[in-house]
Amino acid sequence: MSAPTADRAPSWYEASARARLAALLDRASFTEFLGPAARETSPHLPLFDLPRAFDDGIVVGRGTLDDRPVLAAAQEGRFMGGAFGEVHAAKLTGLLRAAAELRPAAVLILFDTGGVRLQEANAGETAISEIMRAIVEVRRAGVPVVGLVGGRAGAYGGGGLIAGTCARLVVSEQGRIAVSGPEVIETNHGVEEFDSKDRALVWRTMGGKHRALTGGADAYAADTAEAFRAAALRLIDRAPAFDLETMRAEQARLEARLERHGTAGDAPDIWSALGVPESGRVSALGDDAFAELLASSGDSHDAR
Amino acid sequence: MDRLQFSHETPRALGGGRDQAILGVVASGNLEVLMERVLEPDRCEIEITTPLGGYDAVWEAVIADFVERAAPGGVRISINDGGAQPDTVMLRLLQAARMMEGQS
Repeated sequence: MSAPTADRAPSWYEASARARLAALLDRASFTEFLGPAARETSPHLPLFDLPRAFDDGIVVGRGTLDDRPVLAAAQEGRFMGGAFGEVHAAKLTGLLRAAAELRPAAVLILFDTGGVRLQEANAGETAISEIMRAIVEVRRAGVPVVGLVGGRAGAYGGGGLIAGTCARLVVSEQGRIAVSGPEVIETNHGVEEFDSKDRALVWRTMGGKHRALTGGADAYAADTAEAFRAAALRLIDRAPAFDLETMRAEQARLEARLERHGTAGDAPDIWSALGVPESGRVSALGDDAFAELLASSGDSHDAR
Repeated sequence: MDRLQFSHETPRALGGGRDQAILGVVASGNLEVLMERVLEPDRCEIEITTPLGGYDAVWEAVIADFVERAAPGGVRISINDGGAQPDTVMLRLLQAARMMEGQS
């Protein structure tokens, strides 16, 4: 067996929450709050005879990004789909409330979640609202909240809602952002409406390229920590003001988008309408080629 | 949920400068291992929480094998199991011990 070669940077999609944080932030700058040794685990999972994780599937703490102080949270998508349980969510709420007081250069949320943890749904749903409220307070305090989406579980359900409240979003091709996930849509509206087994369909309608092209995310990154880091640094300095004018502009943008594309049958129809050349080839483009395409077309916006 | 506890004497303390290490994820066929340097240098205590009952003898054998190989004296080991195979358990234990042996 040969030793692993170092000719490719490790994949963000494949990395654990802890590995992503370590690679994203300045070297050895991260200090965890309520780490695994604190054993703040879910009080609900034992009732269902399910195993707990010492950190309840989320790592929160502080560090530096290019020597600027940041608070950061990373969800572990492999533990219960990165879902928001009561403790998991409370750790993120607490981090955000701390940010409103400490006023770091930014708060970074590394999403990797299917939404609320079903076994603790009431607590989880409530917590989603608390997190969104906390993000609003952080943004009102003038601190940009930047979401990074490129994990196995994407950002679905309540995670998709929270992503929508962030000041800026970075997404990779592998990342997906939506509220109802593929299987939920199929269950409620039938396989003719959405075939959740059709991976190409899932990625072209919810994946990073589509979100970037249609203004659902503000930056597109390759599947590496280095690319996410560079994009996060760019976006921190370009966060929009959080005021009524911004909200009205965003509302107008979304209304216009719905008006323009609301009857489109599939994502490539929207890309064509946006003026993307050879829209049928978008899914096959490599990261560099897609970034070039995005720079020259797509639905740019500055209103979130 | 089964909870197993083992206690071992070790000939020496685990080397290295780290007080704590966490490794692995509680997912199907995987597990997380938390090591904390909080015991007397000739003791090692292990606590395992697993959703799969009936494998006490396998756990006992894997842990005994690991303690013999790594001599993890001074370390309390806590495991949240997600139904990992014995070879995965051994791999994670050795990886966590290696982390503890690194720099603080």
